[in-house]
Amino acid sequence: MQIDLRTVAIKPVRNTFDHIARRFGDKPASRYQEGTYDLQQDFKFHYRPTWEPELETFDERRTAIKMKDWYALKDPRQYYYGAWTIARSRQQDAAESSFEMIEDRGLADTVPADLRQTALDVLLPLRHAEWGGNMGNSYIAGYGYGAAITQPCLYHAMDHLAVAQYLTRMGIELGGVDALDAAKTAWMEAPMWQPLRRHVENLFVVKDWFEIFVAQNLVLEGLAYPLFFDHLDAHFAANGGTVISMMNRFAAEWAGESAKWVDAQIKVAAAESAENKAQLSAWARQYRTLTLEALKPLAERAFGDNADEVLNEVVSQFNTRCTKLGLAVQE
Amino acid sequence: MDMQVKKKKLGLKEKYAHMTRGLDWQPSYQTKEAVFPYATYEGIKVHDWDKWEDPFRLTMDAYWKYQAEKERKLYAVLDAFAQNNGHLGLTDARYLNAVKLFLTGISPLEYMAHRGFATAGRNFPGVGPRVACLMQAVDEIRHSQTQIHAISNYNKYYNGFHDFKHMLERVWYLSVPKSFFDDAFSAGPFEWMVAIGFSFEYVLTNLLFVPFMSGAAYNGDMATVTFGFSAQSDEARHMTLGLECIKFMLEQDPDNVPIVQKWIDKWAWRGVRVLSLVSMMMDYMLPKRVMSWKEAWEIYFEQNGGALFNDLARYGIKMPECLSRASIDKEHASHQTWSILYQYGGAAAFHTFMPSDEEMDWLSAKYPNTFDKYYRERFTYWREQEQKGNRFYNNTLPMLCQVCQVPMAVTEPDNMLQISYRESDYKGEKYHTCSDGCKQIFDDEPEKYIQAWLPVHQIYMGNCFPEGTDPTVEGFDPLAKVLEWYHLVPGKDNMDYNGSEDQKNFNAWRGLATKND
Repeated sequence: MQIDLRTVAIKPVRNTFDHIARRFGDKPASRYQEGTYDLQQDFKFHYRPTWEPELETFDERRTAIKMKDWYALKDPRQYYYGAWTIARSRQQDAAESSFEMIEDRGLADTVPADLRQTALDVLLPLRHAEWGGNMGNSYIAGYGYGAAITQPCLYHAMDHLAVAQYLTRMGIELGGVDALDAAKTAWMEAPMWQPLRRHVENLFVVKDWFEIFVAQNLVLEGLAYPLFFDHLDAHFAANGGTVISMMNRFAAEWAGESAKWVDAQIKVAAAESAENKAQLSAWARQYRTLTLEALKPLAERAFGDNADEVLNEVVSQFNTRCTKLGLAVQE
Repeated sequence: MDMQVKKKKLGLKEKYAHMTRGLDWQPSYQTKEAVFPYATYEGIKVHDWDKWEDPFRLTMDAYWKYQAEKERKLYAVLDAFAQNNGHLGLTDARYLNAVKLFLTGISPLEYMAHRGFATAGRNFPGVGPRVACLMQAVDEIRHSQTQIHAISNYNKYYNGFHDFKHMLERVWYLSVPKSFFDDAFSAGPFEWMVAIGFSFEYVLTNLLFVPFMSGAAYNGDMATVTFGFSAQSDEARHMTLGLECIKFMLEQDPDNVPIVQKWIDKWAWRGVRVLSLVSMMMDYMLPKRVMSWKEAWEIYFEQNGGALFNDLARYGIKMPECLSRASIDKEHASHQTWSILYQYGGAAAFHTFMPSDEEMDWLSAKYPNTFDKYYRERFTYWREQEQKGNRFYNNTLPMLCQVCQVPMAVTEPDNMLQISYRESDYKGEKYHTCSDGCKQIFDDEPEKYIQAWLPVHQIYMGNCFPEGTDPTVEGFDPLAKVLEWYHLVPGKDNMDYNGSEDQKNFNAWRGLATKND
């Protein structure tokens, strides 16, 4: 059964803004389209930046990657602010209910001591690396080109901050506030953490924003997240540490979702030209090597004798992923 | 079974410190200078970033929770508005010209604010201000998008909204707000915070954001006012950030005081010039007025702003001198600006119109010292001419101020017969500014302001025609070509409101919705 309400119908004069209609025709547009396309100014900035007078305010020359249309780099999740923040608030609700259950029932105390120590040693200092992910992505949001890619990079930066904050909460649950200090000392001083810290700090001084996108969002996240939030997580779950997985569910779910967005960017940029493909592939290979060096001591701490095997599996999956995206990453 | 001893819950402040400040570290594989290359060149000295007081303590989980709730409500209202022909509830479609000014002159600049705060959120060596700036960066894209989404429905039925970003970058008077943000973005992170975080968000919000949103509330614009209410709590956060940033700079080193003072002077004046567009909106464009521009200036600047500067006096900060002129100009700003837009209404991106008798009486009452004495006669004459079929359009182009880019048609504060202008010589060229305030800004950074892309000058240089235009052909009509380049259709998107398509459509549609055949 269906009922029809009668309304006063007025025929619209136009269906969307002209800059949207020029791209997609004059038909009703989505909120993602109206809130994203051509939003960044690209014509006649009044003054050269005092901090970089050789370039314009927004300038395509801030990266070696070249695109005819930067809005080809669209977000498959179609995140505008409202869509993003509502999606994250749902995930946040789920994560919060996990933490509440763990806190109310004192479940953190049920984690076997060795797993607890592994989480404190290997996962907790990662909150600093996550903060590094925030810095890289806020750089892209500031200096990148075109609202289609800069917009999700700011969301991604905030997501990294959230992951860092969830890791902090996990640390407090498992080891109290003292654990945070210990993890920071490890990040700053422990030999095991120095290669990763050096790598993260080196990314802070990279000028090319697309290079940061590849190094951080494709390679570092593409190798570290499967290592910690798939393999290590499975190890926790199999050995009575499901509580740790519960506390990291936001990071694990988020990584899967955001990887789809990262893939879409790389795939489109690589398909644009042979030059882009060569540059992106070179960055992927270069940062794969550097990232693996940085992750190796952590994998050894987490997986002991199985470290090489786990890392090989992670790299092999990563290589397959890159090949699917059109990159040439085999040595 | 043992009873678990519950862990003590952390206090909000402590929790926030672990969740933000605890994440950062002092780099040792790269120098601080390399990681934060833009932190020192403006001359601001910071000795201890830990002295930064977090103005609000939001972790991401709390942020998403609050913001998502607001987004759900906002979009539910926007959907209902679109479904039920909400535009027919306006006091009059004439009101929409204020919304056009907002969409073309403000919304794309919310996007600029988003990018600017993203860079500030990367560039400060202190983690506290970085996180606060990033929160604002993400709020600002919210504002840009929610404004576009709120106004999107009007674009389907009315003219002049259709290509707002294209217009912002080209149309002459829109270079006033555009150059304001371009100026701030091209400065360093500290000046950005004074320009946008403090001057724009703290000092001027009540004179810009609030008048537009109140105008929406008074004129039945449920879409825009719902956005306004939804953004209110964001704006409150932004204001506290702007103030904290100023105080932090002033407290860190006495050498910062003169630099901050110079920036406050500059951005207060630049802000006042942008506000001249708001003044005409308040006094002339709203069918139902909220208050006069003069009243708004007195309440929100002279009283509230006065209290603020009293508070900052303990740091050695003085009220910018240029603002004493603004308190004289408050009697004239809206009338003079509307005169400019009215006579150049053939090149504007919205409709202009002369006030009715009743509206003129309102203006007389609100401006007893100036309206009848200086403006009523001119406006009455223009209206009579229009009624005789001789609507006045000025076909010349006004000279623009090199700094604020407002047309130089504003009079001296002490002489209504004299156009106010100042002159500076730089590298053998003469540059004109509209006031002492703008001249001072020019003389302080001439290398910056000589770069200004002044729309009128560019038209005369032939840079504002569609590609392939040949200005030498017989009967060449430069204005027609400029409008084509602006993506404006004369008469449809601009000129007088009386007789416009907007007016006809609104009246016909409202009849359709309220009367029987």
